[in-house]
Amino acid sequence: MRSGVVIFPGSNCDRDMIVAIRKITGKTPIKIWHKEYDIPNLDLIVIPGGFTFGDYLRCGALAARSPVITSIKNHISRGGAVLGVCNGFQILIEAKILPGSLIRNKKLLFTCRETTLEVQSCIENPFLSGLKIGECLKIPVAHNEGNYFAPEDLLKQLKEEGRIALKYIKQNDNEKNYNPNGSTEDIAGILSNNGKVLGMMPHPERAINNLQGGTDGLKFLTNCVEQIIG
Amino acid sequence: MEPQSELLKINKNEYLAQQKSKLEDALEMGLTKNEYNLICEKIDKIPNITELGIFSAMFSEHCSYKSSKKWLKTLPTEASHVIQGPGENAGVIDIGENLAAVFKIESHNHPSFIEPYQGSATGVGGILRDVFTMGARPIALMNALRFGSPDQPLTKHLVSGVVKGIGGYGNCIGIPTVGGETNFDKSYDGNILVNAMAVGLAKKDRIFYSAATGAGNPVIYVGAKTGRDGIHGATMASAEFTENSTEKRPTVQVGDPFTGKLLLEACLELMNTDAVLSIQDMGAAGLTSSSVEMASKGSLGMSLNLDLVPTREDKMTSYEIMLSESQERMLMILKPGSEEKAKSIFDKWDLDFANIGEVTNTGRLILTKHGFEACNLPLEPLVEDAPEYNKPFEIKAIKKVLKPSDLKTNLTIIDILKIIFKNPNIASKKWIWEQYDSSVMGDTIFANGDSDASLVKVHGTEKKGSFGKGLAITTDCTPRYVKSDPIIGGMQAVCEAARNIASSGAKPLAITNNLNFGNPDKKNVMGEIVGSIKGISEAASYLSTPIVSGNVSLYNETNGKSILPTPVIGMVGAIDEVENSLKISAEPDNVLIALGQSENFKAGWVGCSIYQEIINKKYDGAPPPINLENEKKVIEILLKLNEQKLLTAAHDISDGGLLTTVCEMLFKYNLGLDINLPSNLINCDSYDPLLQSWCFGEDQARIIIATKHIKKVQLILKENNIDFFVLGQTNSSSNLNLKDITTIFIKDIKNLNEKTIPSMMGEQQQG
Repeated sequence: MRSGVVIFPGSNCDRDMIVAIRKITGKTPIKIWHKEYDIPNLDLIVIPGGFTFGDYLRCGALAARSPVITSIKNHISRGGAVLGVCNGFQILIEAKILPGSLIRNKKLLFTCRETTLEVQSCIENPFLSGLKIGECLKIPVAHNEGNYFAPEDLLKQLKEEGRIALKYIKQNDNEKNYNPNGSTEDIAGILSNNGKVLGMMPHPERAINNLQGGTDGLKFLTNCVEQIIG
Repeated sequence: MEPQSELLKINKNEYLAQQKSKLEDALEMGLTKNEYNLICEKIDKIPNITELGIFSAMFSEHCSYKSSKKWLKTLPTEASHVIQGPGENAGVIDIGENLAAVFKIESHNHPSFIEPYQGSATGVGGILRDVFTMGARPIALMNALRFGSPDQPLTKHLVSGVVKGIGGYGNCIGIPTVGGETNFDKSYDGNILVNAMAVGLAKKDRIFYSAATGAGNPVIYVGAKTGRDGIHGATMASAEFTENSTEKRPTVQVGDPFTGKLLLEACLELMNTDAVLSIQDMGAAGLTSSSVEMASKGSLGMSLNLDLVPTREDKMTSYEIMLSESQERMLMILKPGSEEKAKSIFDKWDLDFANIGEVTNTGRLILTKHGFEACNLPLEPLVEDAPEYNKPFEIKAIKKVLKPSDLKTNLTIIDILKIIFKNPNIASKKWIWEQYDSSVMGDTIFANGDSDASLVKVHGTEKKGSFGKGLAITTDCTPRYVKSDPIIGGMQAVCEAARNIASSGAKPLAITNNLNFGNPDKKNVMGEIVGSIKGISEAASYLSTPIVSGNVSLYNETNGKSILPTPVIGMVGAIDEVENSLKISAEPDNVLIALGQSENFKAGWVGCSIYQEIINKKYDGAPPPINLENEKKVIEILLKLNEQKLLTAAHDISDGGLLTTVCEMLFKYNLGLDINLPSNLINCDSYDPLLQSWCFGEDQARIIIATKHIKKVQLILKENNIDFFVLGQTNSSSNLNLKDITTIFIKDIKNLNEKTIPSMMGEQQQG
């Protein structure tokens, strides 16, 4: 699989994502600098987490105006897959590649902890198709602005089009803080209308070995890679 | 040169900065009359305002350690694994495989009290720069925080701001904050402590130092522009607080973690080439200390044109430029001819890069502004003649040994346990830790109390069948012990740190210390400083954990009231295979054994314990004594058992004693235990002082281990002549039984443990 990881000033999960993809594919993804207009043909582009441009103005707002966004849009129009994690999700929203908005966590505090995600029934996509609907994944979050908000008509549209990919889910009936940010209907990740772009707040690249909170992130990313290679 | 009247026309303030100083100016800058006279004599002229400002910064306690230097020199700093001891930006130790761990702790106490968010954020930024200046990529952040009484209104505001600030910088720059300690005591009401520690990783043969080399080599300024923030911060940090201290807000620096991240990446990229000869972070006292220290360490001089320094504001004076503490700046000496290559890297990262002067062999610091000479000082007096005071001291130690029977109570063991876990000093700090990104960089094994020490993998040491090496890190200090007996308190901080490192499965290696005290002009405070340094030295020598870096923060007083003496020990250790590390949580069907506690141990040490405070609201007994031989034995046997893969978990006994430690080990999996008691205690009731002292006494040199291999472990312990006491086997009942005396419901205590800090912070209780 040919993959690339985009690096903006202030990206800080690029190395983690490269390590995770290399662990799965055996190949090191190329690094794509944010000033690049021309990028080679790739199967998957990952926009990793971080604080691009310091999250100044609004998270992802400045990165969404970088030259590389044009290249990413071209890649999408060629049918390429894009995964945006955390700040990458924020950038995809600011670039209007994905709809809705990511506002501050309900408690107004940065939150770093494990969450449990449930795979939703959704349109065909290269990220979740190999996983079972209703399957649970333990993957950590670390963010300050991960509260996904969609107005009612958009929410209706996302549901009708099967674009809600991942939701935070409680592990038992008594659990009340299972949603780390207060997002609408516990949404953790959404797809583009062609299913080729996934934005998600949790960090799969941080759950790739048993010593560090399990391997559900590895399972998720391995599935992505397998689906994309086809 | 043009006449001075020309300068008056160009920049009036610069003209003023170049005028001769008076004694009043010196006093205002925090210098004494004697120091001013000494300066005039040594430089053979009356300094101008800029020159005097440079002297006052270099002579400040913060830069010169004038009150503590005499004693700091007595600390043990050498061992075969030490690559660089104190005196550089950070300490460096050899961790094998051609790798080095680079680390340091530093305080940002005064700024954090005045402006908690920026104060703590820049504390983190500053300590990170100290580490990457040495050529190391930072891999973990820790902290040691002390706040005032929880019920004091300001405390909540300060906790909230400091935690946000630490997270704000660390999370953004992408270095995991993996742990630390947070405590509360009324002595910090007017003077909180924010000590930040950073650990980095470098190739052993690619360490960068600060001594300037080669007259004629270019001096390069990189990073953020210089503004008017933080001017004379080092001097503020060396003075006592008064009610009007918040007026000092403009002397607090403002952090920009985004620029910090760019500077980190640009510097490490440049250090991968052969361009950098020496490099120094512009920390306390900014361009002054960096230029003076680089030039003097190289026994050279430096000549700078301040018009070339990138500034954020117009018409900044030489005084302001030299004393600004704007963040995210570095000073480098480059190999001649490599400037273009270096500049292209900084251009890529959108950072300023300015050639502002050159190394000289004059032994002088010469600065020009608008073509006028703003400063011409010999370097020697700035560094060598900084005063070193032998201040009078008196080490006061409480000798009164409290007996359990001195503390009579109508509280039951359960009552006491509940009070302990309602105490924010003991309770879970999860509310704080969740605000720090502890898993970025993908190498965190244990963070935030999962284990007695935090543990990060050493990236790139993975081997077939192993995730590779790990670095264990902890910060520790028990100020109430130091207050009662500075020598024992100093020793205890080192021993507890070493026990914590060992309890994670790692070997203790070296120390960075942050000595936080009150006003050294007071005999008893100076006694606390001298005593704890003695204690630290003795324990660190005995345990072969030398001090390789550190920081001193004095004058932590408000309106004449001093903080508890707080000599924080930051310790680093290493483990060869991280999969062999130990957490604190026991698993079902583990046998818990108290190492270092004999069968004959019948009464616990109650003096100066959390238990004593609960019973009679005092800490007036002598603290638990330290036996270094026992400490070493317990650590060595723990590591030996773990090497043979016989252990599941380990947790050292500290605040709150044995029963508190046992509870913490049972929390995660809601386990139960029928705890064994020594025969003399079996018939006690729940109010019995002797039984309570056994449960809550704080005798040192004890670690509780959890094992599935009881027979093998017992055999090894007997063979090695180790005192131990088998506490019992864990079960899934979630009840902790003390024979027929009492039953503790672990889930209830766990619930208290988790709710204490959120409710203190006024968070609504959920679930």
